[in-house]
Amino acid sequence: MKLTGSEIIMECLLQEGVHVMFGYPGGAILPTYDAMTKYENRLHHVLVRHEQGASHMADGYARATGEVGVCIATSGPGATNLVTGLATAMMDSSPILAITGQVPIPAIGSDAFQETDVTGVTLPITKHNYLVTDVRDLAYTMKEAFHIARTGRPGPVLVDVPKDVQLALTEFEYPEGEIVLPGYHPPSSADGSEISDALRLIEEAERPIILAGHGIMMSGAMQELRELSERAQIPVTLTLLGKGGMPEDHPLVIGMMGMHGEASANLAIQEADLLIALGMRFDDRVTGNLKTYARNARKIHVDIDRSEINKNVKADVGIAGDLKTVLTQMLPKLKPKSHPEWIGRIRDWLEDSSERDILNYETPGRLLTAQVINDIWEHTQGEAITVTDVGQHQMLEAQYYPHQRPATLLTSGGLGTMGFGFPAAIGAKFGKPEEEVWAIVGDGGFQMTLCELATAAQENVNVNIAIINNFFLGMVRQWQELFYEKRYEATPLFNPDFCKLADAYRIPNRRVTKRDEIADAVQFARDIDGPTLIEFVVEKEEMVYPMVPAGADLHDMKRRPKPGEG
Amino acid sequence: MTSQVDINKVTVVALVENEPGVLNRIASLFRRRAFNIDSLTVGRTHKPHISRMTIRVVAGPEYARKIATNLQKLVNVIDVRVLDNEPHVERDLALIKVRNDDADSRNTITEICDRYPARIVDVGPKVAIIEMVATEEILEEFIDEVRPTGIVEMIRTGVVSMGRGTRIHDTNFTRRDLAKIQNQISAGGNGNVI
Ligand SMILES: Cc1ncc(C[n+]2csc(CCOP(=O)(O)OP(=O)(O)O)c2C)c(N)n1
Ligand SMILES: [Mg+2]
Repeated sequence: MKLTGSEIIMECLLQEGVHVMFGYPGGAILPTYDAMTKYENRLHHVLVRHEQGASHMADGYARATGEVGVCIATSGPGATNLVTGLATAMMDSSPILAITGQVPIPAIGSDAFQETDVTGVTLPITKHNYLVTDVRDLAYTMKEAFHIARTGRPGPVLVDVPKDVQLALTEFEYPEGEIVLPGYHPPSSADGSEISDALRLIEEAERPIILAGHGIMMSGAMQELRELSERAQIPVTLTLLGKGGMPEDHPLVIGMMGMHGEASANLAIQEADLLIALGMRFDDRVTGNLKTYARNARKIHVDIDRSEINKNVKADVGIAGDLKTVLTQMLPKLKPKSHPEWIGRIRDWLEDSSERDILNYETPGRLLTAQVINDIWEHTQGEAITVTDVGQHQMLEAQYYPHQRPATLLTSGGLGTMGFGFPAAIGAKFGKPEEEVWAIVGDGGFQMTLCELATAAQENVNVNIAIINNFFLGMVRQWQELFYEKRYEATPLFNPDFCKLADAYRIPNRRVTKRDEIADAVQFARDIDGPTLIEFVVEKEEMVYPMVPAGADLHDMKRRPKPGEG
Repeated sequence: MTSQVDINKVTVVALVENEPGVLNRIASLFRRRAFNIDSLTVGRTHKPHISRMTIRVVAGPEYARKIATNLQKLVNVIDVRVLDNEPHVERDLALIKVRNDDADSRNTITEICDRYPARIVDVGPKVAIIEMVATEEILEEFIDEVRPTGIVEMIRTGVVSMGRGTRIHDTNFTRRDLAKIQNQISAGGNGNVI
């Protein structure tokens, strides 16, 4: 049967198991929107209020489910509005598919109305992209796009479809079988010699530590990680995106590493004699000064992306492969070991940290972000999917909301995109309707994408929004306090009345200013089947500790003084 | 002005799909990762859908491997090899237009060309074009010799390389939208890897 390009797009989405797409219409994509009318009951389109929101929703959906999230936009401004979301997904290896309309082929290159070279613009921020110039290529291109987005190191793929290709008719047949691409072979298993080299280093190590990243969850290697850690008694520290890769209440998990990581984790990395880096990429926010980073340690680095190995940190054993496969190769030969002394050291550091924990301080009459996060954690039994924005509240979420399950903390790590949290939470809820979803956002970042309140209301998405309102671009203010002598240039915020704002969208809301109001407000939000908004008015000038200043040595952390230390 | 060929030059050879935009992707990668490229050439192979690139990098082999692993990530890049110590043949082609307007310069040019694998391919009353194909090193030497006579225009293709012997760098891939081309290939019966 002959179908139009637009119908082929819909058919391909169905073939790939897509049920929902996030988008915004316009001239060059209109044929595809028209085709949607025939697919309404099988493919749900969520109308966003800004295409950036669509890209983050697709991303949130992808992160929550591991499936490809789909967003759609028109040519020109519609497509350029996706750019931030694509870059965000690229940095965090999130599989999304963006479909954009393009001006008709004869008009390409003529500066036609709403023409933008979208494949050019998005070239460095997509894993791959396509401009489809023949409707006969469309089905195969779509299949290829899904394949590339979700396999290997996942990432965003964009398919730009000119309007006349959307309208053209051709015989539709979804290509069968596996996609075979000549230049695309993600590595899977390791060589025997790599495995034995890695095992030898593990055997020889006295102070080993595992650095577990996002790759653990993307590869589904949670069980294998746990076995490695338990059998060889190796403590595990997680990256921000690695949280959930191993339950945080596990005695061998010592918390997050990096700039605002657990001090004990950073100290352990610096003192270790072996780093086992699994599915992480030694971002500068986790290493600090590379010259002094883990100087006494040998390094095993396993990542699916070969170009990550030796990029920032030289590996003694570098293995390009799929983590689950590689760990499965390794485990049968792994001998049990124990490092009681080493683990004891780390415990001492952990104890010191808990003495400095702000939750153990007397802070009468003040509402602190750490308390808000802690209490949300408590009242959601630590089981919610939390989606954060970027800033102090993000780091405090990472510190005070331990995650037990994979893909339950969704956050923009690599790009640090303000405005990500709220729309990504909407996307996550569409992907995981049975889960409780909380968007934990700052007053600054929320205002970057708050237009999606209308989307949440229109779709009645059951997302609970917790705005951490400190009337500041808090994280920037923190840097100004520490490194710019408190010159608070452009960081104090005039804010709307967030509750009235929610009212305007007919979204139930609460304002919390005292700690004893938190439990009630959380329950209120949980009881409502639809979007809710809680504004937590917190201390204006909090600090996130510990902090490794940018470029400083990882062990050179600014710590919160212990009570009595002044 | 240096005639010294950097001893730290490494060659990376890549087979890429002959598709629109591929060169752009590669150039974008080099810019994005701030890779320092000495020369880059692209040309067709005996298979119409495959192009081959030779990339010269002023760097150590480790840097070249970094480039190679990044190149390999591009979906349209089929295969990448770093030729550091492998014996290989390499050639750079130059067209050099030199001043040729008195007996002295004519004699000098002819004399130099005799000592090199160079040919005078166009002669006029004022200028002549020399064509020279050689390794980069010898070419540089030659250019230095003719320079005093007066080079007025020059173009070089950049180095192309090929490993020696039976180490074949080729690919046999097949692809949907190239079905037509593939049919031609099988009809022509060429293009097999040894
Ligand atoms: C789009 C974007 N612009 C600017 C920044 C730089 N930035 C990082 S954190 C931050 C402040 C965030 O303020 P807020 O959302 O109120 O969160 P808080 O730190 O107060 O918790 C800024 C401006 C960014 N990360 N993203
Ligand atoms: Mg704030």
